Amino acid sequence: MEKVDVVCPFCGCLCDDLVVTVDGGHVTDIKNGCVVSRSKFMNHGKHRVSSATAHNEKKNIQEAVDAAIKILSHSKRPLIYGLSSTECGAISKAIEIAEVTGGVVDNTASVCHGPTILALQQVGESKASLGEIMNRADMVVFWGANPTEAHLRHITRYSVMPKGMYVEGRKARKVVVVDVRKTRTARMADKFIQIQPNGDYEVLQTMRALVRGEEIDVDEVAGIPIDELKALVTEMSEAKFGAVFFGLGLTQSEGRHMNIDAAVGLVSEMNRKTKFVLTPMRGHYNVAGANTVFTWQTGHPYAVDFSRGYPRYNPGEFTAVDLLASGEVDAALIIASDPAATFPVDAAKHLAKIPVVTLEQKKTPTTMLSEVVIPVATAGIEADGTAYRMDGVALRLSKLVEPPEGVFSDEHILDLILNGLKEAAK
Amino acid sequence: MKDIIIKNGYVYDPLNGIDGEIMDISMSKGKIVNFVKDAKEIDASGKIVMPGGVDLHSHIAGSKINIGRLMRPEDHRKDVVKKSSVTRSGVGYSCPSTFVTGYRYAQMGYTSVMEAAMPPLGARHVHEELADIPIIDKAAFTLFGNNYFTLKYVKEGDHEKLKAFVAWMLRATRGYAVKIVNPGGVENWKWGRNVFGLDGNVEDYDITPRQIVTGLARANEELGLPHTIHLHCNNLGMPGNYKTTIETMEVAKAIKPKKGRKTTVHVVHCQFNALAGDNWMNVKSGAPHIAKYVNANDHVTLDLGQLIFTDTTTMTGDGPWQFALWNMTGNKWVNSDVEMEAGAGVVPYEFKKNNLANTVQWGIGLELALMIKDPWKVYMTTDHPNGGPFTYYPKVMAWLMSRQARTDTMRTLNKACLRRTGLADNYREYTFNELAVVTRAGTAQALGLKDKGHLGVGADADVAVYDLDPTEWRPSRYRELEKAFAKASYTVKGGQVVVKDGVVTATPLGATHWVDAKIPEKVEADLMKDLERDFKRYYTVSLRNYPVEDVYTPVQKVHKAGGEWK
Repeated sequence: MEKVDVVCPFCGCLCDDLVVTVDGGHVTDIKNGCVVSRSKFMNHGKHRVSSATAHNEKKNIQEAVDAAIKILSHSKRPLIYGLSSTECGAISKAIEIAEVTGGVVDNTASVCHGPTILALQQVGESKASLGEIMNRADMVVFWGANPTEAHLRHITRYSVMPKGMYVEGRKARKVVVVDVRKTRTARMADKFIQIQPNGDYEVLQTMRALVRGEEIDVDEVAGIPIDELKALVTEMSEAKFGAVFFGLGLTQSEGRHMNIDAAVGLVSEMNRKTKFVLTPMRGHYNVAGANTVFTWQTGHPYAVDFSRGYPRYNPGEFTAVDLLASGEVDAALIIASDPAATFPVDAAKHLAKIPVVTLEQKKTPTTMLSEVVIPVATAGIEADGTAYRMDGVALRLSKLVEPPEGVFSDEHILDLILNGLKEAAK
Repeated sequence: MKDIIIKNGYVYDPLNGIDGEIMDISMSKGKIVNFVKDAKEIDASGKIVMPGGVDLHSHIAGSKINIGRLMRPEDHRKDVVKKSSVTRSGVGYSCPSTFVTGYRYAQMGYTSVMEAAMPPLGARHVHEELADIPIIDKAAFTLFGNNYFTLKYVKEGDHEKLKAFVAWMLRATRGYAVKIVNPGGVENWKWGRNVFGLDGNVEDYDITPRQIVTGLARANEELGLPHTIHLHCNNLGMPGNYKTTIETMEVAKAIKPKKGRKTTVHVVHCQFNALAGDNWMNVKSGAPHIAKYVNANDHVTLDLGQLIFTDTTTMTGDGPWQFALWNMTGNKWVNSDVEMEAGAGVVPYEFKKNNLANTVQWGIGLELALMIKDPWKVYMTTDHPNGGPFTYYPKVMAWLMSRQARTDTMRTLNKACLRRTGLADNYREYTFNELAVVTRAGTAQALGLKDKGHLGVGADADVAVYDLDPTEWRPSRYRELEKAFAKASYTVKGGQVVVKDGVVTATPLGATHWVDAKIPEKVEADLMKDLERDFKRYYTVSLRNYPVEDVYTPVQKVHKAGGEWK
């Protein structure tokens, strides 16, 4: 059976035009998806966590849930972390678990676009949904972003190739890439500007000054001749509608949120000349959703502490890496993430010392160091729910096939844990 | 659920002509009834009993308010809310979290609140948040005034298709009313420009705001939608704009209203659109002009958008206005354009007592409320959080009901307020009956929510009890009024006590209301052809994934509409 217009649960593009063939309860083919999407759909059944375990023994789901409840209810300061690769219902439950236990809840934004959010809290941002850019942008700038290798269909679906209402496809768009090396995205650009590593802040601030018509008394900034920057600023001012996409090249290099602050400032400034917007290239398919749900429920997008009975926000203090590295948390609940593989070594070391409960589909370094592992369904393939695209558009994920027998969604398992914790607290 | 009887209160139920009589109110199975036996008794002697409050314009759910929450940790920091055995934790002040929004409205005796601006592409997000707002009933108004299809059908003069589109879109977004924000202006803003006045040019379509308003108002009335168009006029925030506002009202006058009502337009947060003068230095009140017009005409209702002197967060679907505000203030600015449909902006703003223009704006809001004679035409809002957070409603009530309260505030203001508004010479003070009209009965009537805003048999059992004796109260004691209306003695929602002595005691999930208007099959089939073609060309979401699924309205009340078709 063919299912059309399926939403892809892989990256922040959330492409919603996949055609998935389901035969005998299995995904047998997929059309329109990128190679990563194809791989996710075709291989979602491989290397699965075969059964729930607690303390290295096989358990049924209820026993594993009980073990999880025991760990979390005995913890003085649990960390609940992950959540960017699952749907919003699960995120909602995870937040409530943090509230009930007086713990800390954080999502993976703290290690990717956290600085973007900090900048937004300082200066705001001028943004647009991806269709605005498709329909109107005659100039597109990728800054520290490499969609050709990270967001595979971004260029063809949204930003560069497509025909829009007022733009006749690729030829009608000027594409500029700013990066420290000539990436694959840079190779298809009209202009590539190679910037010295960690030079972004200076370059962006220089461009802001140039937009304002200030004279700059230097020959080059971060390896870029000033005339080249002047030419770029002129081109940007002459565009009818410009869009800047930025990635971790900007958020995680020196300057971090100050880089984004400067980029936002430049784009805002450009709006006094013409129309300009910027969009962060969000990685995990629902990291934007994690920030969104966190924000409407607690007021804060990530790094939320409930130890005082109300939500407090302090990135750098209540962020997962910092809590682990300082040895502050004494238990962890990990959902849809693999911090043992991706965190700095000090943080990962502490994770190995404390009891960890992990909800996962596949075997990962994190499941290997966990006290309790509960297998879960893959959202968007085996479970439905909501996800938010990188530009904030919410889409419905579908359940295409049944999960393996005895396996439930993240939301269902988290609900069981939550109810158990509420009972235990009585 | 046990039946309830509220005994011996002074009941204000203007829709049923009850003005402070001592009565018992009985309810069973979520509805007001004549008699109950073995009911839980609530003693309301010496207290005020009113229908639950109905707020017809507030920003409580969706991308705009969530951007506000996201960008303002400093706002949350001064107003944190602990969890209790019944309630969730959260934050308050100008951008409250969803749970806190529900609690705080209920604590003031409000039981129904309308989200005033839903971008269609963001509808799923709006409904996710609405489902996380406990206690109150709610609805969201879908943005139409800058939608591609609206503009296209207006340009083509294809009125039947425009009507079909409105009906289809309300269904697809689970929307309750037709919201229009700066018609044409937001479309021009997508190129960084605006439209000025009713006869300005909407560039890529070569039509005018006048045509957009006319088309949508006609469609609205012919479809027989429960509420009129809900209109944020052009030129918001520009001194001299009262003229545009009156001209816009005049446009709606030519529209034939739906059977059974006289109104064809609701003008929102009118304070921001009632400015006289030429610039922010010589701005003065245009309220007398607007009041004069509204007093002479029966096709208009409006709400105040009353200004509060505090630090708040402005957020509208009016992108170019928020850009202008950013340029004026230099505060942080978020702009958010939505493909094919809408836009929005968010800028924090502090209304100050020593700011000449702000004090004039404060006076304008109250002048509108006091100079428009018929309270059924003018409703109390702060356009939360634009004029100020909704938690300041009791303060606004005090200003409406007590000249003393107004004078005490005026003494602390920049004197411009005295010179440039006529407020100091206005002696009117609202009665409790009038207060009930502008906060529940009138708003429910304007919205066409027949089961809300009154306490007649068959109405929803949404009731508020306030600890204030209206026979003893005097306007000089306005602080007691503020206190009583800030924390209801009891709030009953759907026949269940949800607040007692100002504390939330239960958190049932209220219903989301939306309108399902019938479209003839043939017209719908034609419309779908257009939608399929243009979605494929211009949207980044497929038509199939666009409509909001049933799962997003876990508790819903569907209002049928039909209307006239050729």
